Amino acid sequence: MTTSLGNGDFIVRNLSKTFVRHGGSGARCVRAVDDVSFRVPKGTSLGLVGESGCGKSTVARAILRLIEPDSGSIVFDGIDVRAAKGAALRALRRRMQIVFQDPYSSLNPRRTIRQTLEEPLRVHLRISSKEIREKAEAAMVEVGLPREALERYPHEFSGGQRQRIGIARALVLDPELVVADEAVSALDVSVQAQILRLLEGLRERRGLSFLFVSHDLGVVRHFCDRVCVMYLGRIVEEGPTVDVFDRPLHPYTRLLRDSYPVPDPRARRPLVQIVGEVPSAANPPPGCGFHPRCARADGLCSVERPQLETVSDDRARACYDPEATDVAWGGLRIGAR
Amino acid sequence: MTSFPRPALDLRNLRTEFRIRDRWYPAVRNVSVSLMPNETLAVVGESGSGKSVTALSILRLLPHAGARIQGGEVLFEGQDLVTLSEREMSSIRGNSIAMIFQEPMTSLNPTMTVGDQIAEAILIHRGGSRMQAKAEALRLLEEVKIPSPKSRLDEYPHQFSGGMRQRVMIAMALACHPRVLLADEPTTALDVTIQAQVLSQLEELKQAYGMSMLFITHNLGVVAQIADRVAVMYAGEIVELATVDALFAKPMHPYTAALLRAMPRADRGTENLEPIPGSVPALSAVPAGCSYAPRCPFKERTCLDLHPELVSSGDPGHLVRCPVRPVGGVH
Amino acid sequence: MTIEVASVAVSQPSRLWLAFSKNPLFWLGALLLAIIVAVAVLAPLIAPHDPLEQNIVARLEPPSAEFLFGTDNYGRDVLSRLIYGARISLMVGFVAILIAMTIGCTIGIVAGYVGGVLDQLVMGVLDVMLSFPALLLGLMIAAMLGASLQNLIIAIAITEIAPFARVARAPTIALKQQDFVIAGRALGFGPVRIMGVHILPNLISDVVVMSSLWMASAIRTEASLSFIGLGVPPPTPTWGSMIREGFDNILDAWWLAVFPSLAILLTVLALNLLGDALRDAIDPKLRGE
Repeated sequence: MTTSLGNGDFIVRNLSKTFVRHGGSGARCVRAVDDVSFRVPKGTSLGLVGESGCGKSTVARAILRLIEPDSGSIVFDGIDVRAAKGAALRALRRRMQIVFQDPYSSLNPRRTIRQTLEEPLRVHLRISSKEIREKAEAAMVEVGLPREALERYPHEFSGGQRQRIGIARALVLDPELVVADEAVSALDVSVQAQILRLLEGLRERRGLSFLFVSHDLGVVRHFCDRVCVMYLGRIVEEGPTVDVFDRPLHPYTRLLRDSYPVPDPRARRPLVQIVGEVPSAANPPPGCGFHPRCARADGLCSVERPQLETVSDDRARACYDPEATDVAWGGLRIGAR
Repeated sequence: MTSFPRPALDLRNLRTEFRIRDRWYPAVRNVSVSLMPNETLAVVGESGSGKSVTALSILRLLPHAGARIQGGEVLFEGQDLVTLSEREMSSIRGNSIAMIFQEPMTSLNPTMTVGDQIAEAILIHRGGSRMQAKAEALRLLEEVKIPSPKSRLDEYPHQFSGGMRQRVMIAMALACHPRVLLADEPTTALDVTIQAQVLSQLEELKQAYGMSMLFITHNLGVVAQIADRVAVMYAGEIVELATVDALFAKPMHPYTAALLRAMPRADRGTENLEPIPGSVPALSAVPAGCSYAPRCPFKERTCLDLHPELVSSGDPGHLVRCPVRPVGGVH
Repeated sequence: MTIEVASVAVSQPSRLWLAFSKNPLFWLGALLLAIIVAVAVLAPLIAPHDPLEQNIVARLEPPSAEFLFGTDNYGRDVLSRLIYGARISLMVGFVAILIAMTIGCTIGIVAGYVGGVLDQLVMGVLDVMLSFPALLLGLMIAAMLGASLQNLIIAIAITEIAPFARVARAPTIALKQQDFVIAGRALGFGPVRIMGVHILPNLISDVVVMSSLWMASAIRTEASLSFIGLGVPPPTPTWGSMIREGFDNILDAWWLAVFPSLAILLTVLALNLLGDALRDAIDPKLRGE
């Protein structure tokens, strides 16, 4: 089933998903993901950043078909993910795995770690119990936990250890793509660094591709080769992570970057003009979704939505502003000092 | 400075214990720190460091059954809050000392309009008529920059976004012109752009109201943006206390330095992220000597047996709980 | 606010145990139920007389040294009939609840997990069932099926399916959004495996706890149906039929109705005490600190 038709790349085109909520006053449509396209070349990591409600987690789940997308195409290694059914879908699931944010809800509290790690092997592989045991133990060692811990229950572990177990579960089937949905966001800084190091090691050793969903710009800068910035269900900027953060081309990227608190008191700087909050995805503004908060918006922005267009060799943005809003780093000043 | 001003809030050897399976373990261990007038003191630490428990101990908001303040003093305007009766304490809470929390939703009553809740807080603490209280509530919503405050007074908490709810909480906290604001991870649940708004607003309000602020957070970035001084906590005690500039420029405690090196930064590349090995000790298993020693690359034999004191590092106002730190800061 | 003591974890069952073992009412209920179960199990050993043996000479004897609880219209020993009646009551309650639990849980989990139209449909039917009083529903079913022990159990089981389905459905809806269930789907597990291995074990303790409360209601329904003559046919002694027979002579032979009524009262009380204590223990809102 794993005859390779492509080159291991993961390609998403024009992905859209609308949720219909049945409330007291009739049905409301929420366009959670709107015409999103990106590519994760084999062995690279793509970051998906944005604030809550921007649709990044929906993208993560839709590409694994944990949520069925409405339209668009998802192609992994030449295989159409959206068209896969039955055995073909199960075979695809082996190759694409997910790591979650909350280390407390991601493990079944009533199953030992061994049961959790061996179950996928039993479901997917026709191999002996001995081989299954060995594979589970190997996964445990690979994420830096002792073999003996296999017999314990999730509540006996700390948050960081549980996150390692969640990663081990994602690894037992030897996937090629891992979707990390805020995988280090719930962890303390010291543990977060441990998990990031672990993921880096896995990427190098196994040649894994990552779709790394996070709201933390620091983590994304550290981990991702390229980044997509999402706002109200759409990608507003795309490019190499370092370039995007150091020279943002979209006003929202700049706002996001300048709002990120930098651990350096010398980098306090007057706050950039921040107007209002993220509009509700149930009732998005016409034109560019960001225009009500944008200092540089003009007439066109409130009428017609800018498309994501290539600006230079490897960067794209969805903005009409002719001047590249290219502003160097400085952080933002909050205290009057 | 010739005359040393009296601190707005002075913790002396504060010790708070939790009961786990019928034994008491200290969660806050002899914490001594002063919050000066108009100062923002950040208390930073990872989960389990005791930073939130410290704030809850100040207002005596700990659960009755499983927690107790076992020693020390919390001096506020000449009174020791630890010894006050519950009645006297209630008149301090929300009045001279106010507190805001991480999750504003659980702190608001879902069945009452936001305006009524703020007015209620004003009536309880300051008295006056309902009309005056409503007018004051409107003024407060304007002050925390809630758009179209007049119509929002009559809305319920669930109609507010997370950021707006936190502003409502701040408005309620300000209702009685507190001298001290305890902020327990007030921006942790918010998105970064909203966090930036709330932080700058807190700073403005602190100036306008002449408050002191105890700001509890796990985020060193936020600390760098808002604090005047910083106390770093680990396993229930302060391990380093310094001005914000000194702490980031020249961290003295190996833990502080390690935290800074473990944090990925958005503004520059961090090729070598250095995780701290191991994990924070459990409340019931804090090491006898230096509590950080098992994770510390600089530890010496004595670190495992001898509990270090918080002493001057040599630089004025910079205290550190580590006798073997490399001279000139850990880099 | 979370207090940072999570590092000292206490496992789920032992926390439950801690929570309810301190409750004196739990111990009272457990003791009572243990006595009743022991009486039912040991009936042939402790019953002073044959419950079916008629003794025309000793009709309607008041309580005495020989007949502690007196005798009935046919001269049968009330105490012995009561002791044997415990077997029927407990068996009917237990078996009916077991059947209702199995069917109700399956319905609740499937409806909750699949969701959508199926869920709405199933819940609609269950709501209709719930809107009938259990007794009325049992009455209709028992009347349709005819009076026999087996039909009595079926009738009672059907009346208790809806509450079990509801109790299983609510946590299923919460659990199916938990990351470990989503992880199971991402790992290619089928819906049967997810429902059986990942959802059922996480809600079964709630269901078992609630079942002690419903067993009390099943025993009441059994007594009521027997009382109106739709229960186990005579001469098998059941508490409900004993009350009915005693009712005819309530003025001259009070013991005929009073002792079986007390037996039902005590059993229902024991199960309710136990169920309440267990429910308090698993209800996170009441568990508090």
